Amino acid sequence: MQSEHPPILEVTDLCVSYGKVEALHHANLTVGAGKIVTVIGPNGAGKTTMLGAIMGLLPKSRGDIRFLGEPQAEIEVERMVAKGMSLVPESRALFGSMTVADNLLMGSFMRYRLGLRDHAETMERVFTIFPRLKERREQQAGTLSGGERQMLAVGRALMAKPKLLLLDEPSLGLAPLIVKEIFHVIADLKQAGVSILLIEQNARAALQVADYGYVLETGEIALEGPADQLAHDPKVIESYLGLGGAAQAASSWSAPVAT
Amino acid sequence: MDLQIAILLAQDGITNGAIYALLALALVLVFAVTRVIFIPQGEFVALGALTLASLQVGKTPGTLWLLLGAGVTVALVDLVQALQRGSHRRMPRIIAWNLIYPGMAAAAIFLLKPAEMAMPLQIILTLMLVVPLGPMIYRLAFQPLAEAPVLVLLIVAVAVHLALVGLGLLFFGAEGSRTPAFSDASYKLGGIVISGQTLWVVGASVTLIAILYQFFERTFYGKALRATAINRTGARLMGISTVMAGKLSFLLAALIGALSGILIAPITTIYYDTGFLVGLKGFVGAIVGGLASYPIAAVGAILVGLLESYSSFWASAFKEVIVFTLIIPVLVWRSLTTHHVEEEE
Ligand SMILES: Nc1ncnc2c1ncn2[C@@H]1O[C@H](COP(=O)(O)OP(=O)(O)OP(=O)(O)O)[C@@H](O)[C@H]1O
Ligand SMILES: [Mg+2]
Repeated sequence: MQSEHPPILEVTDLCVSYGKVEALHHANLTVGAGKIVTVIGPNGAGKTTMLGAIMGLLPKSRGDIRFLGEPQAEIEVERMVAKGMSLVPESRALFGSMTVADNLLMGSFMRYRLGLRDHAETMERVFTIFPRLKERREQQAGTLSGGERQMLAVGRALMAKPKLLLLDEPSLGLAPLIVKEIFHVIADLKQAGVSILLIEQNARAALQVADYGYVLETGEIALEGPADQLAHDPKVIESYLGLGGAAQAASSWSAPVAT
Repeated sequence: MDLQIAILLAQDGITNGAIYALLALALVLVFAVTRVIFIPQGEFVALGALTLASLQVGKTPGTLWLLLGAGVTVALVDLVQALQRGSHRRMPRIIAWNLIYPGMAAAAIFLLKPAEMAMPLQIILTLMLVVPLGPMIYRLAFQPLAEAPVLVLLIVAVAVHLALVGLGLLFFGAEGSRTPAFSDASYKLGGIVISGQTLWVVGASVTLIAILYQFFERTFYGKALRATAINRTGARLMGISTVMAGKLSFLLAALIGALSGILIAPITTIYYDTGFLVGLKGFVGAIVGGLASYPIAAVGAILVGLLESYSSFWASAFKEVIVFTLIIPVLVWRSLTTHHVEEEE
């Protein structure tokens, strides 16, 4: 559907529950090889839950996940990392009292463990993507600004040289200029051959950069389609892009204020 | 008290304090990585000392039975789990570490004559018997509870402590042991006599602390342990498994405990239950550091050693009471001065 290559990630009929409450109902989602796929949706829709189940942070109650064409019987975080999946969580989960360089180094822990010792080169590549991190390499991660933290979180995930990158709201809480920078990086990563599953509330920016999109509402996929089609869908425009135009959609914080 | 005695007491205090410092570091490490307050830390001290003593007099150390028993149990648990999950590739490793390795240790003890070996070789053999027990205990007692609250982990730690003390009595009996000193030399330094054993203990402790520091600052695995201590989820997302980090920290704790036991065995007679008190003094040091700071924990432990040594001179009957009462002002001081910082989630 999205490409002639087999998809890198195929999620079918995925259900996830917290205790008795089901937060994700029968979700189907596909990420084509080399594509950017975005999932947009309001707060509490179940976006983070879905990523958690794909990555193995949360147990699924039902459903199949195929990664790189192989069915994954047992989803375990460490195993998914070893196979080439990296998640930048919503919370960033940085190592606050370690330096920027050490945070990056930990990103290549699994490769190191598997005997692949190319972390020095990879770190230089991350530094060319985010020159700001290079300037701050000896600074403790906990003292970075919000934008720098997000760069570090993405850079750390890239240190694993992932085939599929899962990004949970990379624009959360960032100023428009930095959001732009992050989305540039996302587009560049696609050029470099990384497939990306992008969770966003900043629907405008996400649909611009993505090939394909899904709308998740209260745990269910309500809508899906090629990104440019979704961007022109009246329902999406009304709920996620706002009628007010580009200015207020630029930041995910500026929700429309009723007057 | 004249200066001579004061210096002698200080020497004594620093020697013991160095051991407590090592144990304090191990406690901080285990707590930071696994949230387990490792009460059985002291049992590794006793196991190290008693195993070395047994080897030296030509007895089969009870630790061997402990190792074989723990190995078989871990192998059973892990093999059943591997079968259930269909991960057959893990089986050779499980068998190698939990069955073949203890078997080889047994063969080494029965075929070679440990009593006739040089002391360094006896020490290596001791470590080979005691240290693997650390990760095995983690596997059996704590790995299934990785998500449990600290209090539950503490209760399990107490249970493990009681079990190990009981097994210690069973395997080593109620008599104490003392091993020969590493060195009988003594040095005169401007009227002060320093014993060779003191130099050994302090030197070995300082070296071990320096090695640990390098391990945490320079190596991938050391940094991975720090990362797990800071943010468990973040570490898992890097592929640092909680189980691996837990086993590694227990391995280090067992190594530090056993080495501490080997270092104090020539100074004090060690009984099957001596470890608890020694470990508890390390624990006081660790509490001074808030179970979080390595340097403060080490300094705290040295202070414990000094306090113990001076109070044994002035009020020897109250020696232990004084040392453990120290914990009260320390806790008051800590609760007044520390600002609780919410950890970044
Ligand atoms: N640990 C948990 N225990 C119980 N319920 C949870 C837990 N985590 C999330 N939920 C619930 O599951 C639902 C989906 O949450 P989720 O975090 O996946 O939403 P989201 O789409 O990522 O939202 P946001 O955009 O605000 O990040 C919410 O109703 C939330 O309250
Ligand atoms: Mg979320």
